[in-house]
Amino acid sequence: MKIKILGTGCKKCKELEANVKEAVAELMINADIEKVEDIRDIMIYGVISTPALVIDEKVLSYGKVLSVKEIKEILSK
Amino acid sequence: MDIFYPIQVIVNWLVYDLLKFSSETVLGEAINFFVYDSIKIFILLLVIIFVVSYIRTYLAPEKIKKFLSKKFEFLGNMGAATIGIFTPFCSCSAVPLFIGFVESGVPLGVTFSYLIAAPLINEVAGALLWGLFGWKIALLYVITGWIIAVSVGFIMGKMKLEKYVEDYVWKIKMNQLKEKKKTRKIRFEEAYKEMKSLIRKVFPYVLIGVGIGAAIHGYAPENFLTRIAGEGNWFAVPLAIIMGIPLYSNAAGVIPIVSSLIEKGLPLGTALAFMMSVVALSLPEIIILRKVIKPKLLAIYVSIVAIGIIFTGYLFNLIL
Repeated sequence: MKIKILGTGCKKCKELEANVKEAVAELMINADIEKVEDIRDIMIYGVISTPALVIDEKVLSYGKVLSVKEIKEILSK
Repeated sequence: MDIFYPIQVIVNWLVYDLLKFSSETVLGEAINFFVYDSIKIFILLLVIIFVVSYIRTYLAPEKIKKFLSKKFEFLGNMGAATIGIFTPFCSCSAVPLFIGFVESGVPLGVTFSYLIAAPLINEVAGALLWGLFGWKIALLYVITGWIIAVSVGFIMGKMKLEKYVEDYVWKIKMNQLKEKKKTRKIRFEEAYKEMKSLIRKVFPYVLIGVGIGAAIHGYAPENFLTRIAGEGNWFAVPLAIIMGIPLYSNAAGVIPIVSSLIEKGLPLGTALAFMMSVVALSLPEIIILRKVIKPKLLAIYVSIVAIGIIFTGYLFNLIL
């Protein structure tokens, strides 16, 4: 699984990244987490409200910091 | 009757009867002021943030850019400024938002109406103004902010400034995102979450601000500001605006202090100009917008907004 966090490096983006890492660790799944900070790469996904969560190239959430619980729900689908 | 009157009765009982502070002393009065204002503002923040956040769930930027890309001028500026009232603005979202709007064909002037209204009219400032000055001043703040956003954006649209947008912005191509359907339950949950996190973030500043405000209310000499910042000093308004720029993150703490300064002779127009500058012109936002627009456009943007706020300041000093 390839997880990308889109965000230009603000506080909310860092919170989302931390939550994703925690969720992945708790579920003990094998995932590749990447932070995408370049604005041009972010825009390709059509996202304009950051932070956004992209899993296997699909935008699953944008414009909010998901909680660890919410991320776990998304990941276990 | 003031809808907050019951709270005043309870606070009076708590401070004067239960805690046995005398209503005759400065300390007793200042504590009463602090407790009453904190409770009142807390309630207003709860209600206003929740309502605004709920409306906001209908206004995802991904959706509104499609609406604003219909190229109608003036009406477009009015629409953009209105949406800006309900949307928050953090300096980190300014760049993607700007590019997203431009890419989908939203006119530059309309984009700026939005970029001005979003930070200028914010729900926390609105709630504080309501609590400290009454709903009329709060409404006045929203209306003048809206007029500034509409007119500045309209003027900027007429100035043909497209060449001052960084070139790479025009080359970005975006994919369309599918809008997810949201149930009412999800919208309520999102609004509730937003309310909780925003109150947790700003309320400590509110308490500090109201605390300092209460001290000024009780201890600062009457009219001590009249001489340095009174109506006779024409430069008080521009000065207030410059002072407001670096104070961005503490708008929640600044407003209660300002409200106490008004009692001590600070004219309301000057105070309003200062508070608008605190929320609308922020250093981080100016710096981050430099990534998408050239220095000249940035300078035009900041100056026109500043002129709009200065004008508001003088206007209110004149009529109130």
